[in-house]
Amino acid sequence: MNLLALSWKNIINKPLSMVMSLILFGLGVGLISLLLLLNTQLEEKFEANLAEIDLVVGAKGSPLQLILASMYHIDAPTGNVSIEEVRPFLNPKHPLIETAIPLSLGDNHEGYRIIGTEPSFVDLYDGELAEGRMFSKVMDVVVGAGAAAEVGLTLGSSFKSSHGFVEDDNLIHDDAVPFQVVGILAPTGSVMDQLILTNTQSVWAVHDHETDDSSQEEVHDHEAEGHDHNHDHEEVLKPLVDYPDQEITSLLIKFRGRNYQALNMQRSINENTDMQAATPAIEINRLYSLIGVGAEALRWLAIIIVIVSGLSIFISLFSSLRDRRYEMALMRTMGGSQLFLFGMIVLEGVILAILGYVLGIALSHVGMELLAENLSESYRYSFTGWRFLEEEIYLLVGALGIGMIAALLPAIQASRTDIHETLSEG
Amino acid sequence: MLKTHGVAYTYTGGSSIVFPDISCEADEHWLLLGNSGTGKTTLLHLLGGLLTPTQGEITIRDTQLTQLSQAQRDTFRGQEIGFIFQEAHFVKALTVSENLMLAQKLAGVTTDKSRIRVLLERLNLGHKLHKKTDQLSVGERQRVAIARALVNNPALILADEPTSALDDENCQEVVTLLEEQARQAEATLLIVTHDNRLKTRFEKQIELV
Repeated sequence: MNLLALSWKNIINKPLSMVMSLILFGLGVGLISLLLLLNTQLEEKFEANLAEIDLVVGAKGSPLQLILASMYHIDAPTGNVSIEEVRPFLNPKHPLIETAIPLSLGDNHEGYRIIGTEPSFVDLYDGELAEGRMFSKVMDVVVGAGAAAEVGLTLGSSFKSSHGFVEDDNLIHDDAVPFQVVGILAPTGSVMDQLILTNTQSVWAVHDHETDDSSQEEVHDHEAEGHDHNHDHEEVLKPLVDYPDQEITSLLIKFRGRNYQALNMQRSINENTDMQAATPAIEINRLYSLIGVGAEALRWLAIIIVIVSGLSIFISLFSSLRDRRYEMALMRTMGGSQLFLFGMIVLEGVILAILGYVLGIALSHVGMELLAENLSESYRYSFTGWRFLEEEIYLLVGALGIGMIAALLPAIQASRTDIHETLSEG
Repeated sequence: MLKTHGVAYTYTGGSSIVFPDISCEADEHWLLLGNSGTGKTTLLHLLGGLLTPTQGEITIRDTQLTQLSQAQRDTFRGQEIGFIFQEAHFVKALTVSENLMLAQKLAGVTTDKSRIRVLLERLNLGHKLHKKTDQLSVGERQRVAIARALVNNPALILADEPTSALDDENCQEVVTLLEEQARQAEATLLIVTHDNRLKTRFEKQIELV
């Protein structure tokens, strides 16, 4: 019959009175932990996907939208820009630009975005092929690890893309040539895992067909034609600058060095062209500060819940003490010291805090896992509930502290029980 | 075994009582009588070290109670003094045997489950070992209280109105058990009471006025 067992039995003897404080405590801890998990994983995703890109150039509109669409692939693009307009940036001899990678968005396959780009896109995220080869011909695609696993694409699979960014059977480009999977990428932990990559010309090919012959009666005819096309496509692809009339969605630009001229380029694009240039780091910080207000409010709410639950532990300990006054006096007559009673009550508070903490952590991780499924469906981002953070240890320390503080006054009260008076009252 | 000399106690209100000197040997059984307001319970609590006298000395088995520190007195009380009250109270969250183990633990004695079992069987409670105390009858509860008072083989058993809540049958049984067990433990037994049923059973009596 040690102190721990005694405190534990005291708690489970009257579980109902403690359940409310436990649930409150669990909710508070759970909310804080969930915010930590979400925040950490979001920031990691955003950081991993910055990919050292200095500037994104695209159609005019919201710079944040341009960044979200071009780098995080979670929003619709602002529009298209013509090759003619971006021609200067595609010049490999540009004095300021190290790399400029074109992106053409607009289609998806079962919700996974198809990106028309260049093989160097893969290098941005330090990606490697797990199997197969890089796309080189029109309609070749290389699939990110996550997308391949989820959709079940393997080498040699073929599919037709669907217009837009959400899965919709009615929007499938039925009349277009199917894409062929020629490579699967190894997982990188970045947004690329959730993308399907092809060359820019493939995206044009799908949409050109649509405008050329969209009538249903010609489908039959068209498929034969498509076959012919396939043969044509085996020619060596010409550089993008040879298609001045075509359009792309945006350009991801890496500077040779971050000098004054490079910084000036953004302003000059925004002021002198019909395009806009946006800096990812700045836009993401803007996004943080937007989300930050809500996150901050939630955090305060969680802290308030924890404090209230601490208060409720305090109250339930105090009221249980009133019923156990005689027990306290009795334990003193049996030789129990004041310190023993003090320790017993503090331990009861601590046990409640630990139980509440365990409940909260369980809630937050299960909640995060449920949220992860939801998030990966809507944003194609992979989150997980089964990751534990260092901060959660601090949270445990905090929970223990609150349990102890809540138990402090009742414990002092218990240790000061007036034996003579209590026993005389009967 | 139990000796007091010039013990007086002053209440917080200012009124004070001077108690007669007491001298009880081991194995002696005493009644402490007196009308209410004569300080019977106060004297019992003084003897048990629950209160500190404003004057005088209390000696139990060669130990001067008044010279012990608070913590020493707690331990001494747990090991050498067994208490029985008018109504038997227990730690409600614990079973009968757990309450007795707690008494050993609080006295700083190693837990001895076989002693607990033997003791409870001697008091006819062997089958109630794992019952919660609020599932027992009043008589059974008082017997468990006796077991608890005896579990650490105390030198002194202090009983405060142990029978006044009991009917005649239980009263006789409890007192008989108390005397039996006190004799086996060779402990001094001091019963505070105004229960007339007991007055004829004990020769040695102290009357407070």
